Amino acid sequence: MTTNHAAKRDFSLTVNGEPKTVRAYPMERLLDVLRQELGLTGTKEGCGEGECGACSVLMDGALVDSCLVPVAQAEGARVVTIEGVARDARFRALREAFLECGGAQCGICTPGMILAAAYLLEKKPKPTLDEIREGLSGNLCRCTGYIQIFEAVAEAARRSAAT
Amino acid sequence: MRSDPADFELIAPASLQAAVALLAENPKAWLPIAGGTDVMVQFAAGTLAARKLLSIWNLPELRRIEALPGELRIGAGCTYTDLRGNEVVAREFPLLARAASWTGGIANQNRGTLGGNIVNASPAADSLPALLAYEAELILVSARGERRVAYREFHTDYKKMNLAANELIRAICLPRRFSGYVQYARKVGARNAQAISKVCIAALARIEKGEIKDARIALGSVAPIPIRLVETERALIGKRFDPALVVLARKTAAAETRPIDDIRSTARYRAAVVSNLVGEFLERLGAAATGHE
Repeated sequence: MTTNHAAKRDFSLTVNGEPKTVRAYPMERLLDVLRQELGLTGTKEGCGEGECGACSVLMDGALVDSCLVPVAQAEGARVVTIEGVARDARFRALREAFLECGGAQCGICTPGMILAAAYLLEKKPKPTLDEIREGLSGNLCRCTGYIQIFEAVAEAARRSAAT
Repeated sequence: MRSDPADFELIAPASLQAAVALLAENPKAWLPIAGGTDVMVQFAAGTLAARKLLSIWNLPELRRIEALPGELRIGAGCTYTDLRGNEVVAREFPLLARAASWTGGIANQNRGTLGGNIVNASPAADSLPALLAYEAELILVSARGERRVAYREFHTDYKKMNLAANELIRAICLPRRFSGYVQYARKVGARNAQAISKVCIAALARIEKGEIKDARIALGSVAPIPIRLVETERALIGKRFDPALVVLARKTAAAETRPIDDIRSTARYRAAVVSNLVGEFLERLGAAATGHE
């Protein structure tokens, strides 16, 4: 249909602590590379245009929408996905609080919510409700009405402070 | 329909010098991409016209904020998060800090850049009224060197700007002389995060012994480019603050803006909001005047 302008290249990045090299077009979305090349399907695609936060990951410690990151810009980066959060003991309180407070229903927004919450709690271990609302304001949920999610993040902060 | 990544080249030079050298060789070939919060949305929609992208994301020369004695020099590649985390921005340029806080959500603030907001040239861009109010200047860079332009002369019409194809914005310079000013910013939209403004305002004024010595009022989303309300400012400067002046300012502001109907709002609603925002700004100014006396 169209002429090719790019060739696939090798890109090296660290994903959940493991060095990876992927062969991809430079404009392939980090989201697709994670899901299709690396089999990390915990990261979801919602809107595909930076509105919903379902594809949130951490890139060099910063929360980003992986649908808006061309893989060439992730060259050399440290990327953390929900699979990395799932096996990191630091986030145990957060995972449990989401389960116990009803912070997950259909589950599509949950990986992104947890990544946004993890990023928030790293910066602000004792967030106010307003700070929680702002921290998750780029993540949409169509099931919970958000209240249980905010409660889960507040509960995780309380438990982390207690330990 | 989403674009096919096989159709797009993207290269990421390691330095600003290398980036402008590539632009000098073949200026029209490349579209600069920083945090991708606009370009990747066009890519997703299949509307991205450029086929060759030049990544300037995270170039160290563009990611610095330098506090010089006379001005704050913000690298064009600084993100909204960088702006929100900078103490000088927070203390002396709160209009910009607040605009950064209500642009997109946190993930977009970690990737979207001030330079990108300028060149994307949306009439609704949240940070641009603050740049107008502070009378920002832009440093533009090409392989031939640098030039400096006043931001108010940069956007000339809808999506049109005083930037050659071989140039990049290097820095945004804000004069450090507004600490004694009353500063007011507000966004009116469906919500702060992730919603585009129906109207946004950034306004500054200095009042001494009840007399308005200086006033700058800038608005977004009411014209093809962000605008200053020069007639309203003129009606205020040199006047003593009183309730009749508020009425006059509101009328002048409504008369000098001609917003349009679009998917986010109507011209009539926007005109009413402009008048109300100017009124609220003047109430703040009045409170400050009373406080000082």
